[in-house]
This record gives sequence, C-alpha cells and structure tokens, in this order.
Amino acid sequence: MNLLDIPPAAIVGQLIVGLINGSFYALLSLGLAIIFGLLHIVNFAHGAQYMLGAFIAWALLEFLGLGYWWALLIVPLVTAAVGMLIERTMLRRLHGLDPVYALLLTFGLALLIEGAFRLKFGATGQPYASPLSGGITLPFAFLPAYRLWVIAASLVVCLATWWFVERTRFGAYLRAAHENPQLVRTFGIRVPLLLTLTYGLGVGLAGLGGVMAAPIYQVNPLMGSNLIVVVFAVVVIGGMGSIIGAIVAGFGLGVIEGMTRLLMPDAAGIVVFVVMLLVLAFKPSGLFGRGDL
Amino acid sequence: MQAIGRTPWWLLGLGVAVALVAPWVAYPVFLMKLLCWALLAASLNLLVGYVGLLSFGHAMFFGSAAYVSAHAVKVWSLDPAAALLLGSAAAAWLGLIGGLLAIRRMGTAFSMITLAMAQLVYFVGLRAPFTGGEDGIQDVPRGALFGVLPLQSDMTLYYVVLAVVAAGFWIVYRTVHSPFGHVLTAIRDSEPRAISLGYRVNHYKLVAYVLSSALAGMAGALKALVFQIATLTDVSWTTSGEALLMVIVGGVQTLAGPLVGALVVVTMQNYFASFAEVVLMLQGLVFIVVVLVFRRGVVGEWLAWRQRRSDRAASTSAASSASSSSPPTPSSP
Repeated sequence: MNLLDIPPAAIVGQLIVGLINGSFYALLSLGLAIIFGLLHIVNFAHGAQYMLGAFIAWALLEFLGLGYWWALLIVPLVTAAVGMLIERTMLRRLHGLDPVYALLLTFGLALLIEGAFRLKFGATGQPYASPLSGGITLPFAFLPAYRLWVIAASLVVCLATWWFVERTRFGAYLRAAHENPQLVRTFGIRVPLLLTLTYGLGVGLAGLGGVMAAPIYQVNPLMGSNLIVVVFAVVVIGGMGSIIGAIVAGFGLGVIEGMTRLLMPDAAGIVVFVVMLLVLAFKPSGLFGRGDL
Repeated sequence: MQAIGRTPWWLLGLGVAVALVAPWVAYPVFLMKLLCWALLAASLNLLVGYVGLLSFGHAMFFGSAAYVSAHAVKVWSLDPAAALLLGSAAAAWLGLIGGLLAIRRMGTAFSMITLAMAQLVYFVGLRAPFTGGEDGIQDVPRGALFGVLPLQSDMTLYYVVLAVVAAGFWIVYRTVHSPFGHVLTAIRDSEPRAISLGYRVNHYKLVAYVLSSALAGMAGALKALVFQIATLTDVSWTTSGEALLMVIVGGVQTLAGPLVGALVVVTMQNYFASFAEVVLMLQGLVFIVVVLVFRRGVVGEWLAWRQRRSDRAASTSAASSASSSSPPTPSSP
C-alpha cells in the first residue's frame, strides 16, 4: 500500500495513538532504566506496579470519591511507598548476589500481584471516566483533549526526571553511587537509603503511568503483563540504564508501531521486537547504551 | 556440583524401578506431562546452571516444536519419530538464529532479549496460517511408531516418552561432564578468564544454546503427541516462567533438580487445575520464598546436607587418627 493513498485523518489518528502508546513506553522504560542504572535490577514487577497504580486510582474514585487529579498526586506516592517497602524487606537481602535472583524475585512478585487481582476482579476491566472532555477539531481530524494531555504530561515528566537525575545535586549522588558506592559512602552519604529511594522513584513512575492509563485503557489486571514485555524490548533498544535512551526509544517506537498499523496491520504487534533484533544485530549495546552494561 | 557423580547406585536403581512401575500406580498422562516438563526444565538448567545464561524464552522452542510436530503428524502424516525429530530440529534452527543475536549480551539483558524474542514467536503463533490461531492444532493423531508400534494406548506411549526423556537427560549429563561442559562451567565462573585462556567463548555459548533449544523442542514435540494438541499456551511467557520455576525449585546445577522441580510444579498445577489465579499466586509465592531463603533448591539443599554430613564424618575420623594435622573445616552451611 502506498503512504500517499492513506487519508491524512488516518495518519494523524495513528500518530496520536502511537504517541499515546509511546508515552507509556517512555514512562515505564524510564522507571526501569533508573532502577537498572543504580540497583542493577531488572524490575520484572514493573508491569504489576503500573497495574497497581491504575487500580489505586480506580479505588480512590470508587470508595473515597477522590477524582483523577487527586489520584495523579496520591497514587505515585502510594506506589512508591509500596516499592520502598519491597526494597527494604526483600530486594535488600539479595544485594551482592547474582542480579538474576532479583529478576526472579520481582517476577514472582509480578505473578503474585497479578494473580491476586485476577482472583478479585477477573479478567474484565473496570471503567474509569476521562477527566477531560472535548478536544481540538482540526480540518481533517479530531484530537481528544485527554490524549493530548497524556502526551504532554508524559513528555514533561520524562524531561523533568532526566533533568533531576542528570543535572541536580541529588542526581549526582545517585550517579556517583552507581559508579563507586564505596567512595560515596566515605563521603557520608547513606547509599542504602539512596537505593531505597531510587527504587521508590522508579516504582512511583510506574504508578503514575497507571493513573494516566486508567481513562484510556480499561483498568484491568492484565494491563501490566501485556505491556511489560514490549517495554523490556524498548529498554534493550534504548540501551539498558540510559535515561535519554528510554525516552527517545519509548516515543519513537510508539510512533513506529502506529505507522506500521497503517501500512501492515498484521505486523504491528511484532514491529517493536523486530526493531530490537535489528538493533542487537548492528549495535548490541542499544542506541544510547554504553558498552559495559 | 556433580549430582550423579555422588549419587549412590542404589538411588539410581530405585529411580529406574520407580519409573518403570509408575504407570501402574499413577495416572500415565500425568506422568507423561511430568516427564515432558522435566525435559524442558533440564534443557533450561543446562543453560542457567552450567553456562550462566538465564533464558526467559524457552517457551519459543517448546511451543514452536509442538506446532511443527503436530503439523507434521496431522497434515503430512509423518511417522511420530520423524515428527519428533523434525520438531526438535525446528527448535534448534530457531535457537541458532536467536542465539546468534541473544548471546551478544550477558546477564539480565540476555533474559530480557530472550523474553522479547519468545514474544515475537508468540505473535507468529497467533497469526501464522498453519498454527490455528487461538484454537491451536487440535486432534493430533498419535500414529504408530516406525509404522509398527501403535501409540494410542497411554501405557505404550508412556514407555516411549520415558525412553526419549531418559535419553535427553543422558545427553545433558554427558554434555555437562564432557571437556566441552567443563569449558562451559569455566565461562560461567569467569568469562574474562576463559577468553584469556584462548577459548572462543561465543562459540561455546552458541553451541550450548542450540543444544538446549533442541532438547526443549524435543520436550514440546513429545507434549504435542501426548496431549494431541499444540496451543498458544505452549509459546506463551507463562510457560517460560514455569520452566524457570522448576529449575530453581529443584536446584540449579543439579541433574535431578529439573525432575524434582517438575514434580512440584506439575502437581501444583493439577491440584489447583480449576483455579488458574490461585496457581499464579502460588507460583509467585514459591518464586519469592525460593529466592529469599532456599536458593539451592530441593536437590541442592539435599546435596549440601550430604556434603556437610560427610565432611563431619571425615573431620571426626581425621581428628581421632591424627592429631598433628588440623581437621578440614566443614563448608559453611
């Protein structure tokens, strides 16, 4: 099929869908990159923590009457607290062992959390009303306001996180603790606390992604496990532990996926994995990765 | 840790006797399921335990071999033996292609890459014209082995499956204890050292990966014959996760571990067959408990206990016979 034969409305529509998916790929792979960069842990529970964020937002509305904007504030804090609890009680014990044990532990956590939610809610979704109605009408397409908000908010959060880690004093501590934890400890910085906070930050980003996803996708126990494998591929493409790589690869692959859906609908599900194989063939460390990770 | 090397002969003999008598005592289909999964776990343990490559995508070999052999028997009317070999060869070919790319990365990146590759194969299984999409390939005929031995009876098929799985375990055992296997273990323990000794590390890893995928494929092809069905579940990441669970529950780096792990996990599956969510939660819980407090697995803990006991016996006899030399210190618990 020729790109020129496709009506512009369809192109803009798929571009928006691609950017929306890309927003979530970027938010989640950003959290994974931060956790991997400092703790060297592949956080397999990231999808479950994202799903947890969406369910907490739903529960806040259902039981306490607190709407989307409150959830946007509360949920990242709650999920971050859950994450820090997990780090202190479990992941901390695996420190110094082969990192695959942490991967297996978080995989077990993902199964446990997802199983519990499926037991309670089944596989059907809970609806969550969109907080923003209306949108912008262009001559050839309609852009829903909430979707534009998600793209903008995700971009802002990603860039703010990048700025926080790469440009502030606290971020410098984080990066220094990654390079040489012993030396940083001799300066009187509490590295274990830093590790806990970092894991909390990553999980909080997953929770934030969950809140933002709730009005778009249904709040569903399976929403995390469907996403996490794609996000893993995105992280490999961007370069493990690279923050800017996670952001660029996240949005870029969302758009590539959207465009593929226009041209070859059957290939949309696999295009991210095909790109991953190509990147591995030509630049094994990822687009923005360093050789040693 | 060399499990069979230290396993007493009476235990091995007991195992053979149990395997031969088992189908008269237990349900043969359950036993065959157990054996297929044990072979899958053994193939994975070859990589995880002896090469240090944590593959999170073994379902792609298990599942694609199941599809290929089911298609071969049902559509091409091939002999079951030929179908098994074809399924295994298809998995080995997939392992070669995937391995060339995946072994470029070590550690946890390798796990993520294999998982993503398996998901690619899953989507192919969902969309490809010959896999039957959501329905899978159903009513696969078991046929007659070499054209003479009909496999319709579960009892007959059990002994065929037992022979194939035993051969698979023997291959793993021979590999691990060969010079090739020792090089693999050296790579696992210190890759830079193996490179500096002049070993072409990536060749060794690739051969081990292809061998492991061929064995996993054999397990999947057997499973397609036993249950007469090949479905999307066989290629899904939950299957990869269950194989990994069996490996670590049984004990990484032990030859009997995969069998014990398969027994635990398959029993759990069957017992809670009607509560998929409960199985999921239990599996998650077992993962967490094993990783936190039980990292050597069932067989590994047993071997460590035997080691401690024999060390203690050796140290007491050494202390009583010679007082000049200090007794060997027992290994830490």
